[in-house]
Amino acid sequence: MVNVELKVAGEEAEIQERDQLSQSPFAIRGLTVSYDQKPAVFSVDATFEKGRMTAIVGPNGAGKSTLLKAALGIVTPLSGQTTMHGLPLSEQMHRIAYVPQRASVDWDFPVRVIDVVLMGLYRKVGLLGRIAGTDRKRALQCLERVGMTDFATRQIGQLSGGQQQRVFLARALAQDADLYVLDEPFAGVDAATETAIIDVLKELRAEGRTIVSVHHDLSTVEDYFDNVLLLNVRKVSEGPVAEAFTDELLQAAYGGKLATAQAGALPAAI
Amino acid sequence: MFFNALFFQLGYNATLVTIGATLLGVAAGVTGTFLFFRKRALVSDAISHATLPGVALAFIVMVSLGLDGRNLPGLLFGSAVTAALGLFLVQWLSTRTRLTEDAAIGAVLSVFFGFGIVLLTVIQTMSSGRQAGLEGFLLGSTAGMLFADAILIAAGGLLAVALVYLFRRPMTMVAFDREFARASGVNLDRTDLIMMALVMGVTVIGLKVVGLILIVALLIIPPAAARFWSDRAEIVVLMAGAIGGLSGWIGAAISASAPNLPTGPIIVLVAFAGFALSMVLAPRRGLVSSAVNQWRFRRGVHIRQGLVSLAQGQPIYEPLTLRLLAREGLARADGVPTDEGKARAARVLRDEKRWEVARSDPALEMAAARYDGLTQIEDVLTEDQISVLDSRIGPPQEVPS
Repeated sequence: MVNVELKVAGEEAEIQERDQLSQSPFAIRGLTVSYDQKPAVFSVDATFEKGRMTAIVGPNGAGKSTLLKAALGIVTPLSGQTTMHGLPLSEQMHRIAYVPQRASVDWDFPVRVIDVVLMGLYRKVGLLGRIAGTDRKRALQCLERVGMTDFATRQIGQLSGGQQQRVFLARALAQDADLYVLDEPFAGVDAATETAIIDVLKELRAEGRTIVSVHHDLSTVEDYFDNVLLLNVRKVSEGPVAEAFTDELLQAAYGGKLATAQAGALPAAI
Repeated sequence: MFFNALFFQLGYNATLVTIGATLLGVAAGVTGTFLFFRKRALVSDAISHATLPGVALAFIVMVSLGLDGRNLPGLLFGSAVTAALGLFLVQWLSTRTRLTEDAAIGAVLSVFFGFGIVLLTVIQTMSSGRQAGLEGFLLGSTAGMLFADAILIAAGGLLAVALVYLFRRPMTMVAFDREFARASGVNLDRTDLIMMALVMGVTVIGLKVVGLILIVALLIIPPAAARFWSDRAEIVVLMAGAIGGLSGWIGAAISASAPNLPTGPIIVLVAFAGFALSMVLAPRRGLVSSAVNQWRFRRGVHIRQGLVSLAQGQPIYEPLTLRLLAREGLARADGVPTDEGKARAARVLRDEKRWEVARSDPALEMAAARYDGLTQIEDVLTEDQISVLDSRIGPPQEVPS
């Protein structure tokens, strides 16, 4: 009798898990990454909701960027898997646009802004396909959405940090993806760029696309995002901002590292 | 003599060498560009030095099998084998141990080269070794180049160029932004491997003409020179191919037109001349052009600051500003503005005010990003936008005299 109940419960959990995986455009299971035998991310499960904006939040060294890079296969995880609607992510890379941290790029490289955006179309046109006039027009439209049309023929290294970040977002837009993964898009950018980026991200969300972003500014989490994944090597919490981003959970994630000023900046309601 | 050589009229051998050197130059320039973009120029030096033991071993093997030890395809095959081994060791040492890439390059380069020299000495003592002429691979030796050798260089060069064309997009992405390339589904290791294999191929076919010590120059100098001419990767690649090809062509012609001038070193010197010219003369990025631009900018800033001071009735202390204003007829040597100076000052002050308003208006944020202290606001905004700004500033002001 007890055995049968357990078995039924087990089956139900399995069905629920399968449903979750098939509905989520980005689901991570048991992801562990280590650098030199020191875990940077340990056994993290995360299920990102379709059509929502999720912030990945946590203290420095919590493995936020590493989690994303490992999930996308940019660094090799020790274990774990990532799926898009239940399928292995490695087969769905064409539906994903990734905006890396600015530090990972060679800014002296001889490319103009428009060429960077066109890189977002390389996957579509293939190895030898020609970049046609329509592709160029599309790239310019993407630059227009981030307000960078005037800079199309500048060398990428001549732009300010905020402008560079917008160009990267334009390149991601050119990829026309279902899932947008961003690594600290607001780090070191001016206020106008921050507004421009968040507006574009909200447009993408309105179009039903999913956005996952590493975010470091605790005071804007509630304004910008629907969901939060709170991380400190292990997952601390996951869910809607109101539930997963409470004072207690933040204390648990940041420990003593959460400066009182930062905590004070948090809305009193949560 | 030189012009005869340049236009292939100096005999069969000279013509073969000139054509071979030109094609090699194009292939090396084009391939080397991606190596340059990836900032791995010195890996090619390790690869080229690692060819030497392969050449020597191939010779020993061929002779001991009773074949002609000087068979070029055989020697090049041998060189490719040890070059690949050297490349693999550099990769392995720099990714799997704590050694950095420069240390790995130094270790591999010297050990392989030393081993190669030992083998050459051994070959000297072999009965059939005296005429081997393998030292020619150190600095290139084009005397007695065969038609088949030229065909080998031409075919290899064309293949390298074709493969660079095929893989130009992934190679560009990997050099510019590895993480994005990976997330776009580019296989990083495979792309790097293709690039290094191309470099290895060019090195091997370049052994006969330029030699293993100098081939690195032909891979790196053309892109370094081309980089001065353009901020677009495609154009840098094409220019590097052109500079490499010209260096090969002119260098081979020079060495053919005078007795005892070594081909490889002359080609490298010609390439260097191209580099020096590019560095000095290239528009915008060249030394002359950037010095001129820098001076123009400095002059513009001084005059503008001077005019703003005049407009606000402040004294000017900076001697350079005073000199420039006086030379332009905008102020007297003691800093009192002329009539033209007053008019210009009023305009500059207005421009500054307009910028100030524009830069504080979030709606004009894009245009405001183009503020650099010199650009006139008329070049950035439309008349309508400017009249809106003006309505916020109020009427023009008198310049105090």
